[in-house]
Amino acid sequence: MKRKFDLYAMTWRLPIIFWQFLFFVGPLLFMVAISFFVVKNYRMMEAFEFVNWQKMFSKGYFWDSYWYTIFIAGVSTTVAMILAFPASFTLAFRASDNLRRWAIFLLIIPFFTSYLVRTFSWYVILAESGVLNAMLAYLGLGPFKMLNTHFGTVVGYLTLTLPLVVILQTVTMASVDKTLIEAARNLGCKPLATIWRVVLPLSKTGFIVAALFCFILSFGDFVAPFYLGGSQEPTLPILILDTTKSGQQWPRAAVVAIVMMATLFTIAFAAIALAYRKGGAK
Amino acid sequence: MKSKHLKSRLVTPTRRDVLRIGGGVALSAPFVGRAWAATTEINMLAWYGHGEPDMVGAFEEANNVKFVPKYYAGGDNMLALIAQSPPGTYDIILSDGEFVQQLNAAGYIEELNADDYPFDDMLHEDFTKFPGHWDGDTLYSMILRGGHLGVSYNTTAISAEEATSYDAFWKPEVKGKVGHFDWHLPSLGMMSLKNGNGANLWNIDAAQWQAVQDTTMSLRSQVGGFFDYGGTFNGLKNGEMLAMCGIGDWITGVLERDGAPVASAIPKEGGIQFTESYCIGKGSGKADLVNKFIQYMLSPEGQVKSAQMAAYPGFCVTKAGRAMLQEVDAAEAKRSHQIDGMANEPIALINEGRIHYRNIPQQQSLEDWNDFWSEYKNA
Repeated sequence: MKRKFDLYAMTWRLPIIFWQFLFFVGPLLFMVAISFFVVKNYRMMEAFEFVNWQKMFSKGYFWDSYWYTIFIAGVSTTVAMILAFPASFTLAFRASDNLRRWAIFLLIIPFFTSYLVRTFSWYVILAESGVLNAMLAYLGLGPFKMLNTHFGTVVGYLTLTLPLVVILQTVTMASVDKTLIEAARNLGCKPLATIWRVVLPLSKTGFIVAALFCFILSFGDFVAPFYLGGSQEPTLPILILDTTKSGQQWPRAAVVAIVMMATLFTIAFAAIALAYRKGGAK
Repeated sequence: MKSKHLKSRLVTPTRRDVLRIGGGVALSAPFVGRAWAATTEINMLAWYGHGEPDMVGAFEEANNVKFVPKYYAGGDNMLALIAQSPPGTYDIILSDGEFVQQLNAAGYIEELNADDYPFDDMLHEDFTKFPGHWDGDTLYSMILRGGHLGVSYNTTAISAEEATSYDAFWKPEVKGKVGHFDWHLPSLGMMSLKNGNGANLWNIDAAQWQAVQDTTMSLRSQVGGFFDYGGTFNGLKNGEMLAMCGIGDWITGVLERDGAPVASAIPKEGGIQFTESYCIGKGSGKADLVNKFIQYMLSPEGQVKSAQMAAYPGFCVTKAGRAMLQEVDAAEAKRSHQIDGMANEPIALINEGRIHYRNIPQQQSLEDWNDFWSEYKNA
């Protein structure tokens, strides 16, 4: 049966379609276009040349940054998922509804303040003469170099992502049918096995979405690797800045940005496919 | 009854009230408009700090103008901002000396009248005919200040004697604690000086360029990070970085004023001078006012303000400016060695041939240098 064109429904859909085209598809197409432009005398000139793509893809430092960014964002995602789990599990299964609501509210509060400010506050804590090393000194340990290291970068990423991961994990696990857990326990399943064979499979979608968000935010973040990681090694967002800063190579920066987006699209599609793949607990 | 009447009067204005208030507003409007129009806005493109009250406040007050600064970081960034703006966007442009030629070649700046400025009072002859500021006999940019770049260090980790050579950066005790100001030009210039290229540090052939890259790479294991202005400042202040490559007194001077144990020295291999100059933007409708400001900044009072600038200090270029600095702020004059006969006195360093004006690479492109810088950061 042929569907009738519904003008009323279409009228309500149009703003979001228009919005997406104006602020997402349009700029994206423009970014693709400028990746073929050339820069002469610090001015971008319209052209259709592949020189920027050839240049970036032929440079070892581009690929070094690419793989490092994937690696460090992956580390951040793994650490965030592991660190968040005990807290989320407790909030989902052990806490009262009231306590869970308060906990989620408190987890949202960090987002009220500037991420840059939160990142800078780590200077005071992680510096060699900082709070953490002072505490470790009482135990006869340290001082440890934490700023301008990979560790510093991951701490910065977690500042951005950990509260979000805890919230997503908590909400996902809280919606798991408790009777299934009780059934597993009644049938002799040990606590850890229950988590592994019942809770995690039933929370799979939410967990994958949490991990995906964590990866996306870490992959595109400039602040943590720049200010807490000391730019070494540079991630792709730092490479974009370097590229635009020297010689105003916006077209080459566009190449880096497109590669980043393509990578994230691929990972996101793979993750979503995995999340909604049929199959549950065995 | 009386209070009800009063309430009614407060809430509901009479026709007479409306006429009185409306008339007052109408009559005062031209004066309000005139008061706004009287404050002239001057759009400034400059390094951070040049448009702040400590630099322009007194001039603004005396001339009823308001500076609207747009800050940049690096000459490339400056050129791009101008290239992407319509003519006349910026009334005054503060440029690094080495980029004035490119501003002029692109037609972004106006001619200046050399007679307007105190060329007969310059502390060094080079400042009167500074490279790139002139095109034949036509002046395009007026020198304002300068600063020297060399070995910047924490005095508890590196001695003054060790800081007399760039070798200090390779000292085992500062492994992982050498920072870079994240701009290839000064750091690679210093590596070129370390390799003994002296006055030809920017004019190096392929073999010398390769040697500079090798020297730089050999420093990589010592490096603890690459920083912008804020990061450089913090790194030195909290002791995370014990030596910094690519900077000089323009950063350590600010920390030194606060009592931090840091200093900058010009090593025996030579140092680099950054030079800042004012230009009038092409198409500016306020050229006369801007010219007056440049004259003010070249006056003794302006030179003192520049030397004391809160964001980062620079040395005076006029004799009268230096004399006034010694008179009104002897401590700063002493701290920055701006006293004749002092060790590391800036003009004496230039005369001894130990200072080389910052430039852009002559035989390689800026892109070559920048590409290597990215490789270096990733190494």
